[in-house]
Amino acid sequence: MMQLLEGNNLTMIFGGLSALNSVNIKINKGEVLSVIGPNGAGKTTLFNLLTGVYSPTKGEISFREKKIRNLKPYEITKMGIARTFQNIRLFGEMSVLDNVIIGQHCRTKTGIFGAIFKTPAVKREEINAREKAMEVLKFVNLDDVYEERAKNLPYGKQRRLEMARALATDPELILLDEPAAGMNPNETNELIDLIEKVNDMGKTVLLIEHDMKLVMDISQRIMVLDYGKKIADGSPEEVRNDEKVIKAYLGDESQKEGQAC
Amino acid sequence: MNYYLQILTVITINSILAVSLNLVSGYTGQLSLGHATFMGIGAYAATLFTLKLHLPFLVSIILGATVAAFFGFIIGVPTLRLRGDYLAIATLGFGEIMKNILLNLKITGGPMGLRGIPKVTNIYVAAAALILVVFSLNRIMNSRVGKSFIAIREDELAAEAMGINTTRFKILAFIVGAFYAGLAGGLYAFLFRYINPKDFGFMRSIEILCMVVLGGMGNTYGAVLGAFIITVLPEFLRSVSPVVAQYRMVLYGLLLVIMMIVKPQGILSGTSLSNKSKHKNILEKGGQQ
Repeated sequence: MMQLLEGNNLTMIFGGLSALNSVNIKINKGEVLSVIGPNGAGKTTLFNLLTGVYSPTKGEISFREKKIRNLKPYEITKMGIARTFQNIRLFGEMSVLDNVIIGQHCRTKTGIFGAIFKTPAVKREEINAREKAMEVLKFVNLDDVYEERAKNLPYGKQRRLEMARALATDPELILLDEPAAGMNPNETNELIDLIEKVNDMGKTVLLIEHDMKLVMDISQRIMVLDYGKKIADGSPEEVRNDEKVIKAYLGDESQKEGQAC
Repeated sequence: MNYYLQILTVITINSILAVSLNLVSGYTGQLSLGHATFMGIGAYAATLFTLKLHLPFLVSIILGATVAAFFGFIIGVPTLRLRGDYLAIATLGFGEIMKNILLNLKITGGPMGLRGIPKVTNIYVAAAALILVVFSLNRIMNSRVGKSFIAIREDELAAEAMGINTTRFKILAFIVGAFYAGLAGGLYAFLFRYINPKDFGFMRSIEILCMVVLGGMGNTYGAVLGAFIITVLPEFLRSVSPVVAQYRMVLYGLLLVIMMIVKPQGILSGTSLSNKSKHKNILEKGGQQ
């Protein structure tokens, strides 16, 4: 299987706290990989390293065999990694359609003078961007609310809009940070379908999630973090039965008795 | 009649200033407290181009605005890495620096300023300039560039994650804003025929900011309305009675306080960016093809 992204020995230290400690991650092209772990395990830090929000204290990241360690987030997006955020970060005052058009920013190139003089090429680009945005909205089933302001959408739709926006950047790899957080079982099922659809399109998916049903349903591989260290990496079956994972989630038997009070 | 035309011209120039600051603070969300400085740079540069190099008026004010834009770039590069309050303080500091430079340079006439500027600006020139500014700004705001500005205001981190080089676009907003403000400065110089550094100090920056806040942040026409009110109000009060006029600054402050309580988002609030019928037209056209 072709390898899409590789992170070696990733370490991130904030002040005296090491949020990540020598973590290795490999993502194969076309797979759905989930990162799970208790709160504070370093999952979002890992995302922030991969997307360039932080530069790792130590370690190397390469995407399609190019080093991306010191690239800015916008450069990484241009290379083909898109993300969503744990706490939704839409452009609230903008329309749903414009949110998705913004997603195509790095695939379009109108500059300030093009905008002012509105040349035929610029007009064409605008129309194409709108049409493509509508396609993406149709894909996530939001095309009927394209005029709505993003902040006025109900929660589940906002989550889907975030995914649409990320898809509009035309990514090879899409990082979803707890997409099912706060969703009811119905919405979660819809989300599972959607992620599968995205995967079927040939996009590689990296997922952080607490919802175990979702994780076990769609992941081909699962990686478990605990206190900034990788404690397991394998198929859902393997991870489910891994002793260290069970310990991390449920606590150690002996410790538990000692702490009970 | 002349008096009213003069006021109308001043309103128009102030509108350009308010609209240009609105681009930086209202649309892009970068609070600048030194906007009058760019106006000053434009005014001085345009004046010097005419007085020293004898360039024609139009060439002078456009070159003046270009010089202001260049300073927008110079100032923007270091300061736009800062956010919120820090940016505001840095722009304020920059304004003070420029004021002192203008006060001490020989070529700018020091505290005496520059006099003997030909009177060329009239209501037609000013109105034409305002129309061009609003027209080009509307084009920008409806384009990929303008959408990026708003995305930066809405959520800088998400904008960056969408592939927007936020630093670059913030600097771009600053440059365009400085260009427009410099243009207004040039018009100002050729209207009043005399400029000195005090015309472009901190109080002027605050005045422009008040216009934007009063009219509604993030709305071009709101900025024009704000400029109208803030320019006309003192003149109106003066005509009511000289006594009231003495307290105009008090009333003026009071107006802002009331405004903040009653409608903090400004008179014409909100962003008028999603033009519904326009989206529909283009989509329908797209569907037919």
